[in-house]
Amino acid sequence: MSLIELTDVRKTYRTGSLKVTALAGITLGIDDGEYVAVMGPSGSGKSTLMHILGCLDVPTSGRYRLAGEDVSEMSEGQLAHVRNQRVGFVFQQFNLLASMPAWRNVELPLSYRGGGRAERRERAIAALDRVGLGDRVHHRPGELSGGEQQRVAIARALVTEPDLLLADEPTGNLDSASTAEILNLLDELHGSDRTVVVITHEADVARRSERTVRMLDGRISDDAPTAAVSR
Amino acid sequence: MNWAQTLRTGLEAVRTHRLRSALTMLGILIGIAAVILTVGFGEGASSQIRDQINSLGTNLLIITPGSATSSGGVNGPLGSATTLTAQDAGALASKAVAPDIAAVAPVSSTGDTLTAGTANWSTNVVGTTPSWLTARARTVAEGRFLTASDEKDVADVTVLGPVTASKLFGHSDPLGQTVDVNGLPLEVVGVLASAGSSASATNEDDEAIVPLSTLAQQIGGASRTSVDIIYAEATSPGTLSAAYQEANTLLLNLHGDSAANPDFTIQTQQSLLSTATSVNGTLTVLLAGIAAISLLVGGIGVMNIMLVSVTERIREIGLRKALGATPRLIRRQFLVEASLLGLAGGILGAGVGLAGAVILPHLISNAIAISPAAIAGAIAVAMLVGLVFGVYPAGRAARMAPIDALRTE
Repeated sequence: MSLIELTDVRKTYRTGSLKVTALAGITLGIDDGEYVAVMGPSGSGKSTLMHILGCLDVPTSGRYRLAGEDVSEMSEGQLAHVRNQRVGFVFQQFNLLASMPAWRNVELPLSYRGGGRAERRERAIAALDRVGLGDRVHHRPGELSGGEQQRVAIARALVTEPDLLLADEPTGNLDSASTAEILNLLDELHGSDRTVVVITHEADVARRSERTVRMLDGRISDDAPTAAVSR
Repeated sequence: MNWAQTLRTGLEAVRTHRLRSALTMLGILIGIAAVILTVGFGEGASSQIRDQINSLGTNLLIITPGSATSSGGVNGPLGSATTLTAQDAGALASKAVAPDIAAVAPVSSTGDTLTAGTANWSTNVVGTTPSWLTARARTVAEGRFLTASDEKDVADVTVLGPVTASKLFGHSDPLGQTVDVNGLPLEVVGVLASAGSSASATNEDDEAIVPLSTLAQQIGGASRTSVDIIYAEATSPGTLSAAYQEANTLLLNLHGDSAANPDFTIQTQQSLLSTATSVNGTLTVLLAGIAAISLLVGGIGVMNIMLVSVTERIREIGLRKALGATPRLIRRQFLVEASLLGLAGGILGAGVGLAGAVILPHLISNAIAISPAAIAGAIAVAMLVGLVFGVYPAGRAARMAPIDALRTE
């Protein structure tokens, strides 16, 4: 079944009188359970694509259906709801709140959807366990290594059981050991039938995926199974 | 996210940025403390004046020269003219002309130094007639008050206030002793009882009463014929308005004035009270206005800090939005935070105001009256100030696009 359906999606930004085309007609389908890497040089539109896939932004034209739901015309409030229900984000900068311990960071998306306090805490701790940080529950981000922080972020993305795990350069700020750690974790998640989309410009990261979508100048230049591309 | 969670998040944000929150609260704190203290001062002064005027008695007419209602520019300001005379007082005392007036006491006074042996004391020397005692509702503690024959004989006698007596004679008995005023020896024939314990009573306890004729003819200082005030006591509180009419008609006739342009003013306790209250009210409004301005400045401080806070936390806002916070929730969170700052500032300000109300009266001799309603109101206003000045920053946070917020480094 198709989780993501993009049909001729275009996005143009206006900077003053200048019109910048970030996406020039993208048609893309991603099935449930796929592991897709989106690659491309900077300025190719892969970040814009990620924003649209994550419902952080809406296309200027074209249609985007996420899990059968047309999100291209939704309001800010509705989009927030979809993000909370369907998308888990992992950012290059981790984006953890420094004032909160790990488990509170993980709990954050749950706090936007109700449920009892005890239950939220339990789920947050379970998610931390799952990424191997069961012993770091009460540590603040400042007390954790980069790799550990990114694992907290992954736990935060997983805690809501989203349909789509969207990672934007998840290893961009990490050393090679932590990178391997995070990539293994992503593999594992994919192994348990989660849909993973990774935006990256590192071939090492893309190699882990099943399918690589290459972008250039706001268009898809190549879309093929990863093995055929890199080997 | 429910209200309890929003509240907890707001509290956390306030706690995380301690110094900034404290500085923000300081503005509100000062404003609220100022409001509470100024309103307290106003209330305190009002009740003090009310006590003072109430102590005059309810059936008293106070007649002063000059008119406050002058329109032609002929009459001087209230109290400055010398149009009242001892003869006016005599006429008012006539039962035939003014049957509802029980007693009349003309008063003329001058400041002078009293000497008894080696002791000196500057005080108010008050010339009046025997009716003064009943008109002013005072009593004599020892000796006697002035008599009609003292007045007629221009007798060199005086009745001292209790404070004056103790300043001049200490613990020894002043009765029969002599005090010198301007070289004129006066025999002390009586000492007044204290007027009461209120702050205003101390003035009334420090004076030397002499016959009006003695003051005019022997001591001088004041004009020989004119008097400063005439106290006229109605026979009962019920006949006060009748007494007022009689006094008014009589004085208009005696002075040949038109009713529209009198050269005297008759006040009752009630009219004094309303004048004093309105003057005091104006003062209180003025002070409260100044306090309100400081509160406004405090509110602008809240807005300022909230705007800084929003700018500083752009990434947090972006993250929360990415994780599913709707614009409404973001707005609510910042509004709650601003209200909390206002509320905390208000509570602390009320504490400072209350402490001030306890400490200040020891340093300055003004009463401060603080009502629980004023405190509750002030705290509510503080919270409202936070809320109102939080609207703009909260709106800005709510409108922020998540991608722009996340992109910021």
